[in-house]
Amino acid sequence: MVTRGKKGVVSFSLVYAHLVSALVFLGIVLLAGLLYSLQFLGKYPFPGVEFLSPGRVRMLHTNGAVYGFITNGYVAGLYWAVPRLTGYKVLNEKYLGWFMFWALQAAVLATAVGLLGGYAQAIEWGETPIFVDPFVLVYLLLALFQFTVPIYQYGKERPLYASSWYIISGLIWIPMVYIMGNYIPQFFIPGVAGAAITGTWIHDAVGLYVTPLGWGLMYFFVPVILKKPIWSHGLSLLGFWGLAFFYPMQGVHHYLWSPIPMYAQYAAVFSTLVLELAVVTVIINFFMTMRGNGDALKKSVPLRWMMIGIVNYGITCLQCSIQVLLTTQKAIHFTDWVVGHAHLIMFGTFGFWILGILSYLWPKVTGRRLYSSSLDEWAFWLIMIGMETMWVDLLAGGLVQGFTWWGLNPWMDSVRFSAPLWFVRTVTGIMIFVGFILYLYNFYMTAKKENIPSAQPQEA
Amino acid sequence: MERFSTFALISGLFFFFFGTFWQAVAPSLSLRNIPVKSIEELADNVLPEFYKLADDYPVEFKRYFGEPSKASFAEALNVGKAQYIAEACWHCHSQYIRPVSNEELRFGKVSYPSEYANVMQLPQLLGTRRVGPDLIREAGRHSNDWHVAHFKNPPNVVPDSVMPSYAWFFDKNGRPNKKGLAIVAYMQWLGSWAQEPVYQLDARK
Ligand code: HEC
Ligand code: HEM
Repeated sequence: MVTRGKKGVVSFSLVYAHLVSALVFLGIVLLAGLLYSLQFLGKYPFPGVEFLSPGRVRMLHTNGAVYGFITNGYVAGLYWAVPRLTGYKVLNEKYLGWFMFWALQAAVLATAVGLLGGYAQAIEWGETPIFVDPFVLVYLLLALFQFTVPIYQYGKERPLYASSWYIISGLIWIPMVYIMGNYIPQFFIPGVAGAAITGTWIHDAVGLYVTPLGWGLMYFFVPVILKKPIWSHGLSLLGFWGLAFFYPMQGVHHYLWSPIPMYAQYAAVFSTLVLELAVVTVIINFFMTMRGNGDALKKSVPLRWMMIGIVNYGITCLQCSIQVLLTTQKAIHFTDWVVGHAHLIMFGTFGFWILGILSYLWPKVTGRRLYSSSLDEWAFWLIMIGMETMWVDLLAGGLVQGFTWWGLNPWMDSVRFSAPLWFVRTVTGIMIFVGFILYLYNFYMTAKKENIPSAQPQEA
Repeated sequence: MERFSTFALISGLFFFFFGTFWQAVAPSLSLRNIPVKSIEELADNVLPEFYKLADDYPVEFKRYFGEPSKASFAEALNVGKAQYIAEACWHCHSQYIRPVSNEELRFGKVSYPSEYANVMQLPQLLGTRRVGPDLIREAGRHSNDWHVAHFKNPPNVVPDSVMPSYAWFFDKNGRPNKKGLAIVAYMQWLGSWAQEPVYQLDARK
């Protein structure tokens, strides 16, 4: 990979602002998740408060995760990676950059208020109220130009590197996917066909937005931290084209055994299975890049976040190839199993990548040494163990629920049998939250530290 | 090969449209001949439970809906659906019955495409998660009173239930307000077109 090392191409303040927002929204997401999990213990602290109706809090939880936490984190990563990858500044920092920043925060806050106020849309991942949608769309189009223009300029001279493939395609996909998911089933196509479209959107939001941008950033940050190139260009190509071809074709796997025509369901199952092969090539590529550098994992917490994220991605995808089978679906669809899967991919993978990017960039953009590396370690282990335990716990819950339903037990059996598992979920949630507080405190103190002149903001 | 246009056109546009065709466009084409019912057509058959609501809560019903009629029934369905969406009931309840896992025994007739071809499924409410039971065959399973008591505080009716209570579906006197009446009407409507003897009613509770 060529990083040209031109100085002054990165806007530190934009990276910093997005990182701060990502942290703030992660805090909100975790609180909302904890709050909602209390409902499952029958201990919801605010019964009868309309604005904190558990269902609304759940939507705050998931939408905050994607649009608040992950989007801010990714955009921070892009503001760092794209200029350093290409040697060109983004389209415009001073006006467009800051306008986009505030527009994003305003959109997420409007979404939060709208959801709690009862203006949600009944579209999974698209619960953003109808009046927010056009603004999000404008934001996505602006982001497309902001980040692809430098890549375009660079691409006129040389072949592009893997990060750029993912970033270009991802940024082109998002606006199209957003229009399809948020408008067509809402206004034009009802019922079963609407479900097929919604399913496609549910999956594309993850597969064509969160995933490609995430991989684009990993293809940049992991080799940069290791100071060596990615192992195999061929595997990068194979992985990219596999993902790009098969990801858009699996949305209906969210509605298996539904009245959607079976050929669409078979296509979804088939392409999901094949996709796992593509994913394996990507993961092999990263592990071969790591080979011989195991030590780096001990020293660099950012790298550790990223690699554990990649491991979790592998696990999720393996899990996916099992759970997508029509036989497995009989037991696990509708259950906590899927919720476990969703947490492992959204937080265990993409969230961890962002935490890694943040802990790598924070000292650089603030120009200060990390406040405490033992706090950093504590945060890592608490969040990591909390996350993996929550995943196992929810898988178990999924099996319990699935089989009590299948076995025609009274409905309440599935609720009562799940109670201990839901309790463990809340406990692991608290673990994650405590880890997050340590993480937050550590980085807050880092930013507050006295500025050592020799460590001015630098791009090293 | 690794040029900007490759990733903009082939993966960015072509792959997207190819995949979306099989997953979204083709199913829509396959189902295009099913006529979509309007709310007037749906409300043409005012359900007995709606008249019953007017009897049970005469003051409130009169205040919010006037007389039970096709027009007021249509309005109740719309308001009910709006609550169902605002409270994200669909994140805890699905609205389709699969032909597997004994769901036919538990809930009733397996779902079929035409029952979703109407504006009450715009946006569709099939759902992807069940904490509580499926609701597409809910009509007539419980009385209006049961629903009212249940929305007020589910654990009172079903011990250990984790369904939230919905205090704002009720007015100061604890009687259902417009939202409350509407959501009950909506529950009684869901699946009223496919009502059949329930096989295992007591297995569910
Ligand atoms: C936290 C998840 C959750 C939410 C949110 C939720 N429910 Fe429930 N619901 C349940 C559970 C669990 C049950 C089963 C126990 C019971 O009957 O209370 C249930 C049962 C029901 C039943 C009885 C079903 C039957 O046939 O016995 C109805 C009707 C119902 N819910 C409607 C709603 C409506 C309408 C909303 C939104 C206003 C809603 N629920 C929101 C979890 C939830
Ligand atoms: C404190 C930690 C957390 C707790 C206690 C928690 C709790 C919950 C709960 C209770 C649900 C609803 C599950 C259900 O419907 O049965 C949920 C859903 C979800 N959460 Fe979390 N969560 C936490 C952290 C996160 C984070 C950090 C993310 C993402 C970055 C996340 C992403 C999601 C997603 C995507 C869903 C939807 C799952 C689905 O619909 O299948 N969660 N969470």
